[in-house]
Amino acid sequence: MSTEVAVIGFAQAPCLPSAGTTSGVETLVPVLGRALAEARLDRREVDFWCSGSSDYLAGRAFSFVNAVDAIGAYPPICESHVEMDAAWACYEAYVQILAGEAETALVYGFGKSSAGQLRRVLALQLDPYTVAPLWPDSVSVAAVQARCAVDAGVVSERAMAEVAVRSRADARANPYSQVSGVFDLDDLLAGPYLADPLRGHDCAPVSDGAAALVLAAGERARRAPRRAWISGMAHRIDPQGLGERDLTEVPSASAAAQAACLPGDLDVAELHAPFTHQELLLRAALGLGDRVRINPSGGALCGNPMFSAGLARIGAAAGEVMSGRARTAAGHATSGPALQQNLVCVLEAS
Amino acid sequence: MNGVDAPPLSAPLTISFDYTRSLGPVLSRFMTGLRERRVLGSRTADGRVHVPPLEYDPATHAPLTDLVEVAATGTVTGWTWTDRPLDGQPLDRPFGWALIRLDGADTALLHAVDAGRPERMRTGMRVRIRWAAERTGHIRDIACFEPGEGSADPLRLADEPVTVMTTPIRLSYTHTTSADESRYLRALAEGRLLGQRCPVCRKVYVPPRVCPADGVPTETEVAVRDRGTVTTFCVVNVPFAGQRLEPPYVVAQILLDGADIPVPHLILGLPADQVRMGMRVAAVWRDRASWTTTPENIAHFRPTGEPDAPYESFQDHL
Ligand SMILES: [Zn+2]
Repeated sequence: MSTEVAVIGFAQAPCLPSAGTTSGVETLVPVLGRALAEARLDRREVDFWCSGSSDYLAGRAFSFVNAVDAIGAYPPICESHVEMDAAWACYEAYVQILAGEAETALVYGFGKSSAGQLRRVLALQLDPYTVAPLWPDSVSVAAVQARCAVDAGVVSERAMAEVAVRSRADARANPYSQVSGVFDLDDLLAGPYLADPLRGHDCAPVSDGAAALVLAAGERARRAPRRAWISGMAHRIDPQGLGERDLTEVPSASAAAQAACLPGDLDVAELHAPFTHQELLLRAALGLGDRVRINPSGGALCGNPMFSAGLARIGAAAGEVMSGRARTAAGHATSGPALQQNLVCVLEAS
Repeated sequence: MNGVDAPPLSAPLTISFDYTRSLGPVLSRFMTGLRERRVLGSRTADGRVHVPPLEYDPATHAPLTDLVEVAATGTVTGWTWTDRPLDGQPLDRPFGWALIRLDGADTALLHAVDAGRPERMRTGMRVRIRWAAERTGHIRDIACFEPGEGSADPLRLADEPVTVMTTPIRLSYTHTTSADESRYLRALAEGRLLGQRCPVCRKVYVPPRVCPADGVPTETEVAVRDRGTVTTFCVVNVPFAGQRLEPPYVVAQILLDGADIPVPHLILGLPADQVRMGMRVAAVWRDRASWTTTPENIAHFRPTGEPDAPYESFQDHL
């Protein structure tokens, strides 16, 4: 049994407004191949496979079973699935390795958000008795949260637009991003509201995509060409009722950061914030100071494939450590409405 | 093989079903209350009143049985505006979404506000419930909220309590095939069956798919005959909604000649109890004029009368 686990490989598909095939299998094949190649691991050396996806996104039952073809599941392998962002599949794989059940794991997520009407499909993750039957869409729910934060003086529309400007500028260096470029702050603020106080630039694009991450234990990880050690990983949940908590705070993110021992001297944080105000709320909840580089990849605002965007944040954070650009980095993922569920993964060099 | 491809086939796909949910003791009383134009909240040990009600106290984890009535008037604590309502939302004209804390409650519920135009929405605005004319014990008994104070008087109904709620779900998608699936379906529209061979294990898959043994896309196109061998089968004796054939009938796995994986289809043209493993069958195509890009171009399979295939010839393809 090993208490050391590292990320040794990561790959993602380009974030696209529409990527063809609904099944995800064809998108996954090259992504899995590149992640394994980076880890110098043969497919048959993977002890545990875990994925994140959702049937509601594809509109077909057991859609993840189809995707299992991409990993070559015959003869039978050890495989699991979460109906959440694959960052939670990563957590399951991490625990499997810590428990000594596996030495290596491959985690993948995929989603074709463009198959249906994403913001409407996401209404089905709300309370099925008193909220979902009203079909509040995900953009409106986020906008109510943003309104609360603006009213409370925690964020401003200008500060939100600054997040978009910085993210899109950073995304120019990310070949997998969907939205990037140099934008003028005042031009963005002159745009119409999509859902007051959210404008187009405040919302992540609808993206199809996939990502894969390779994990390995202690000695096995040291044999890989590059690695980023996981020094802590935790996830927490806030109450489901949107009116049951102060939407301007993210207690579950703070609790996850504390449980994962998020260091005070963090170099980089890849935050899964599909809306600009959510990045500002998360920075406060995680206690990230001005010296922390936030989302050098451009973040989910520049490409947000459902069920893999959170895993991609962990992969991007690991990439910062592996490349030597950061000594410590954190990958964060969210799931559910208005930052209800949050996961924090802390990555360190050696 | 690949050459110049037409774009992948895609088609609209609409899924609809009803979620029927049992309510349990707390939500049953809440929904029964809505039918009577009353809003009930649950009181937690700290004295706070939650609307919508919680079923368990988040601090003590005790079941919550103390329900109290709150007002049908309240205050907006957060809001947004929607110009183009989506299918299924409470109003079909522009409206506000708001978190609303009803008088007497300590938490807010999310609902629609029929405010006419966004300039009328603000945090702190006072709103009242507009009740649905027909109420069934469902959250949509609250049609929406509207600016103002006061509300219709509650009713006392002697009806049975509401214990179940039904919520219709309707979702629309565009389903898109892969490039290989598209070639397979387009070949079907020409009366041809197309397989593809895995470059690693050399197995031929019909329809083409990523090889589940090797995790790689199949590459080489292989024409497959429209006749084959029944590898296994089941007799359907149970009637169900949407059934097209009168039971009993046979659904079989058919290993087409030249393929390594069987396809499921109907076996007709003989009594169900005479179908057997190893039986040789051939496709019965529908009228050529009705062919489209679907497997339904083959109506069913029928026996060819050839001698049965020996078990060894299909034992590795079950
Ligand atoms: Zn193969």
